[in-house]
Amino acid sequence: MINVGIDVGAKNIKIVIVNGQDIIAKGKVLSGFETKETVIALYDQLLGEANVTKDQINLITSTGSGRKAVDFAQKSITEVTAAAKGATTLYPNVHCVIDVGAEEGRSIRVDSNGKIVDFALNEKCAAGAGAFIESMARALEVSIEDFGMLSLQSDREIPMNAQCAVFAESEVVSLLHSKTDKKDIAKAVNDAVASRITSMTRKVGFENDIELIGGMAKNTGFINALKKGLDSEIIVPENAEYVTAFGAAIYND
Amino acid sequence: MSIPTYKTETLKCWNKAKEIRNDFYTNYASAHEKGGLRWAGGAWSFGAIPAGLGNDIFPITGEPYGASIAFNKEFSLRCLEATEKKGYARDLCSYMRSYWGSIILDEYAFGGKFPKPDFMWQDHICCSHSKWYQVASELEGGIPTYSIDVAVGPYNSVTDSKIEYLVNQMHDGIEWLKKTTRREYNDDLLIEAVNNECRATALWAEICLLNMTVPTPIDEKSMYSLYVLGTLEKHSKVVADFYEELLDEVKYRVANGIGAIAHERCRLMSDTQPPWGFLSVFRYLEKFGAVSVGSLYTFGLIGVWEDKPDGTWGPRTTPKELGIDITTRDQALKILADWNLSKPEWQHFYSPHLKSDMMIKIAKQWKIDGVLLHYNRGCEGLSLGIAENRLALIEAGYPVMAFEGNMGDEREFDEAKTMGRIDSFMETLGMTII
Repeated sequence: MINVGIDVGAKNIKIVIVNGQDIIAKGKVLSGFETKETVIALYDQLLGEANVTKDQINLITSTGSGRKAVDFAQKSITEVTAAAKGATTLYPNVHCVIDVGAEEGRSIRVDSNGKIVDFALNEKCAAGAGAFIESMARALEVSIEDFGMLSLQSDREIPMNAQCAVFAESEVVSLLHSKTDKKDIAKAVNDAVASRITSMTRKVGFENDIELIGGMAKNTGFINALKKGLDSEIIVPENAEYVTAFGAAIYND
Repeated sequence: MSIPTYKTETLKCWNKAKEIRNDFYTNYASAHEKGGLRWAGGAWSFGAIPAGLGNDIFPITGEPYGASIAFNKEFSLRCLEATEKKGYARDLCSYMRSYWGSIILDEYAFGGKFPKPDFMWQDHICCSHSKWYQVASELEGGIPTYSIDVAVGPYNSVTDSKIEYLVNQMHDGIEWLKKTTRREYNDDLLIEAVNNECRATALWAEICLLNMTVPTPIDEKSMYSLYVLGTLEKHSKVVADFYEELLDEVKYRVANGIGAIAHERCRLMSDTQPPWGFLSVFRYLEKFGAVSVGSLYTFGLIGVWEDKPDGTWGPRTTPKELGIDITTRDQALKILADWNLSKPEWQHFYSPHLKSDMMIKIAKQWKIDGVLLHYNRGCEGLSLGIAENRLALIEAGYPVMAFEGNMGDEREFDEAKTMGRIDSFMETLGMTII
């Protein structure tokens, strides 16, 4: 049975095509302004890569904050449900899923049957999400890819406002002006975001059974800060940013 | 999941409730034209006491007035900004800020200039209440103000001496009222008002009790327009009589299987004041077949309850039902003090555990499937300990969705994000849009 999961996030659209639970094609593209057209273009491209036709597709399920734009999807589920489904399918022993994307961070607690029992989302501010890191990487004039590695080179603790991205950015500017090393600032930023996610995760509860998914799972400095903050090992799956789309694809499996 | 279908129909006494509310605000504004007096105070005020000054004494209660302002987004923003411009902080009670803004702008939410009260009659149930009217008095050029301290602890620790502490202040308050208004005081009117208040608040509890029925006969969004009458003038005969009429109608709905919504399949409970400018949240829930059947707030702010012998919650037995004939001022004040101190929606100012216990009791008795907790930045009092309540509810096995907002300041509420959160919560409960 070939199914499709389309995760329309704040920054990126991710599409996964599965045969059963095997991923046969996946891809991502910037969401842009013409969401539906962008989704269709990527979808068509991935169908070609998977060598399947639209007739062979059993079910298309959309998710993510822009899921309603995918009007050709037969089913639509929230990103909380999709993330939990994807993450626990990959690692059935996981009971706490942390999903940090561009716009939103969320912690989800699931029971041993994979049923969601509680979840928490960051409120209003992007300080607990990837867009903030991108903004800070720009301020430090380093690539987003280098940002995580850069922060790992620091062992300094610089407290930073974790409640508001605007105030935090102003702190970064002050640190730059005071000639603070970029690696120390990068670590401070990752620590601040991690502290926000840590607090949310403690709210829903965990027992050393955490899986991190979403685009921020590529930020090694953030992962390190999160492990330290939660005092726990964290599973980071391969293709972590596709897990929500994968969860949508297999939702009815 | 199968989708049940129930009969629904509009409440017959809906328009009457609107009329009573409208009359309340009109009577207050026009009191002087009829030679009457106006007083201002909180919804929790011992309003039965000024009633002893005559039948031409008209109150305005600050919290429902603040909520009325919040419902009018344009006016609300102007009120809040006027208060901020005056130098008051944004994190204060949003009802209070709206109320002050209405005074500062000299605009009444129901038309015309803000009608100044002749006196303030308040009590200090939370950190804002007395300060609210102290500032209001100053803004209005120095209105005489009297406030009663009720901080004697939760009802489960009330003693005769604590009641006496309130009653002594009430006696002093009556002397203050006489001196301030230069009127005689009529104990018969006081006694009548106390009996009305006990009747009205027990009746409201009885109405709420009927929401245990599936389908629930009235939804919480509708209850907001009904319980508010008790927050306006709980001691008035008009309100008590209206609740008699409403009770009969709700009993009729229960007997005939008339539901608040057509497809009730998920029963929710909320908490604290909602974001008044966004009651659309409740309509959105209906799309899933979910209905909020009430909350400690809607049940217990005006409703007065007691534990029944079988351990369930029920309306508190009124003095009349107990065969008590109130004959003296002191007796009336003692009953009034005791009655109000037993009100559920303030016990938790002393401990969040008291609130958790009451919420869990409601959840069990009203067959609740999930809870919506409003982390209400607009009310320090009712939001106190809400995170503790969340943990207790989860531990008791109830799914909980928390959302941040403000009852009276729409700048602190994110509608789209809250709706998105509801989508996720409904999915976790196995609900999809019907």
